[in-house]
Amino acid sequence: MKILVAVKRVIDYNVKIRINSERTAVETNNVKMSMNPFDEIAVEEAVRLKESGKVDEILVVSIGQRKVQETMRTAFAMGADRGIHISYEGETEPLMVAKILKKIVDNENIDLVIMGKQAIDDDSNQTGQMLAGILSWPQGTFISKLEVVDKNASVTREIDGGLETLKLNLPCVITTDLRLNEPRYASLPNIMKAKRKEIVEMSMAELGVEYTNRLKIIKVEEPPTRSEGRKLEDVTELINILRDEVGVL
Amino acid sequence: MSVLVIAESNNEYLDRNVLSCVAAALEISEDIDILVFDGSEKVLSDCAKIKGIKNVINSKGNLVGTLAEVLAPVIIETAKNSSHVMMVAGTFGKNLMPRVAALADSQQISDISAVIDSDTFVRPIYAGNALATVKSSDSKKFITVRATAFQAVESEGGNANIVEGLQPKDSSNSKFVNRDLSESDRPELTAAKIIVSGGRGLGSSENFKILDPLADKLGAAIGASRAAVDAGYVSNDYQVGQTGKVVAPELYLAIGISGAIQHLAGMKDSKVIIAINKDEEAPIFQIADYCLVGDLFDIIPELVKKLD
Repeated sequence: MKILVAVKRVIDYNVKIRINSERTAVETNNVKMSMNPFDEIAVEEAVRLKESGKVDEILVVSIGQRKVQETMRTAFAMGADRGIHISYEGETEPLMVAKILKKIVDNENIDLVIMGKQAIDDDSNQTGQMLAGILSWPQGTFISKLEVVDKNASVTREIDGGLETLKLNLPCVITTDLRLNEPRYASLPNIMKAKRKEIVEMSMAELGVEYTNRLKIIKVEEPPTRSEGRKLEDVTELINILRDEVGVL
Repeated sequence: MSVLVIAESNNEYLDRNVLSCVAAALEISEDIDILVFDGSEKVLSDCAKIKGIKNVINSKGNLVGTLAEVLAPVIIETAKNSSHVMMVAGTFGKNLMPRVAALADSQQISDISAVIDSDTFVRPIYAGNALATVKSSDSKKFITVRATAFQAVESEGGNANIVEGLQPKDSSNSKFVNRDLSESDRPELTAAKIIVSGGRGLGSSENFKILDPLADKLGAAIGASRAAVDAGYVSNDYQVGQTGKVVAPELYLAIGISGAIQHLAGMKDSKVIIAINKDEEAPIFQIADYCLVGDLFDIIPELVKKLD
């Protein structure tokens, strides 16, 4: 069985973001970048499946500038086998990414796609579902548990109000939620080994995908800030506030 | 222009957040239909009473699992003449809508918080730390709506027609197995007017129960930070934040929550925020309207007692 994992290079989740002076984007120059945390969980899950003997190869795909190869090497160090880098300078959109991934899935005879449920930069939460749609494959989104037996995947999904279990036939697309696993730290020998793993770089045109962005970003602004609050002395004052100012008592 | 709003229901009742989705739809067009999957009589009549709806389309079938694989083709067909298709950005909509949009070769616009015009929308990015205004060039737009950002329309006063919709076809490759929903007498997090929310400061799942009597007294829902969920104090459906639920109640009581960015992203649009924390430097105090510094294990019991 062959797994495809898609990874996105994003601003590290610990970094406080800044909006650029033109107010057109969030500043990414000279900012610490990392693998999207949900994608890390996807890589980890793929590696665990490989370790259990159910998977022969893990293919990592990333789209963007040259530097995304660093992110792909992180996935290699965790245990992924090889990569395809689609070089692209502009803003990606979920539908574009889904079309690229579909092409690669077809070319590579992929049996299972695992990806993060959303990227923490644009928070779209779309690509996995879109890919499943255009492939006409089953989808298991926001999953906290995955069991693969033969040609079936049993998935537990995190939904509003609780959990849902589905049984999907492979091939299918899975998107990961936070509690699926805890990604490992790569060991030094594995980081060294990762440097020698193969990345094939190609453009969208070479892959045979044409896409013009559908969404134009008009502006990016800071959200309204809340003013600093009032300090309360004790519980009695708190109750007075609840009664008189908030009006809930 | 015309909008098709997809409603979520569990057959017994309608997800009330749809009222906010209709409010967003009304900013685009007055011509609004609602599509319901296998609606009970109660759900259908509730939909028909919503102010501003023309038709309630009921798509009948065995839809216990509401699989995106099954529902997406029905939506595509039903929305043939719609310019916009809209849903609440809950897990139901987040799972379903992108599949529909991709089948229609359209780039979905996720989680909008404002409508500028019929092509242009505002949406939070980076966990709500920035707001992007985006303009779509797709002829048909697929949109999920942040319910807390729109004032719900009235649930009474409308008189829509109820019409029969298309029947979905079963999917052979995806099977619904079961659903395990948390039982609670408390209000649902995303619909609650008051939320009492606990963080890592509670220290254990046993201690977390200290919030129960307070929530009971206030008629509040209980929420939690991701730290509290990760530490195993409560299950994940309690989680408020970027990766959990986005809420905006009248009152949010943050108790023992330090205020990580990803938590603030899920609750900072609450009308009034009151924070109780023993750490004076906790980031939560920077966004709270009222701050009480002290030991929650003293404050909460005292508060409960004085509320009697």
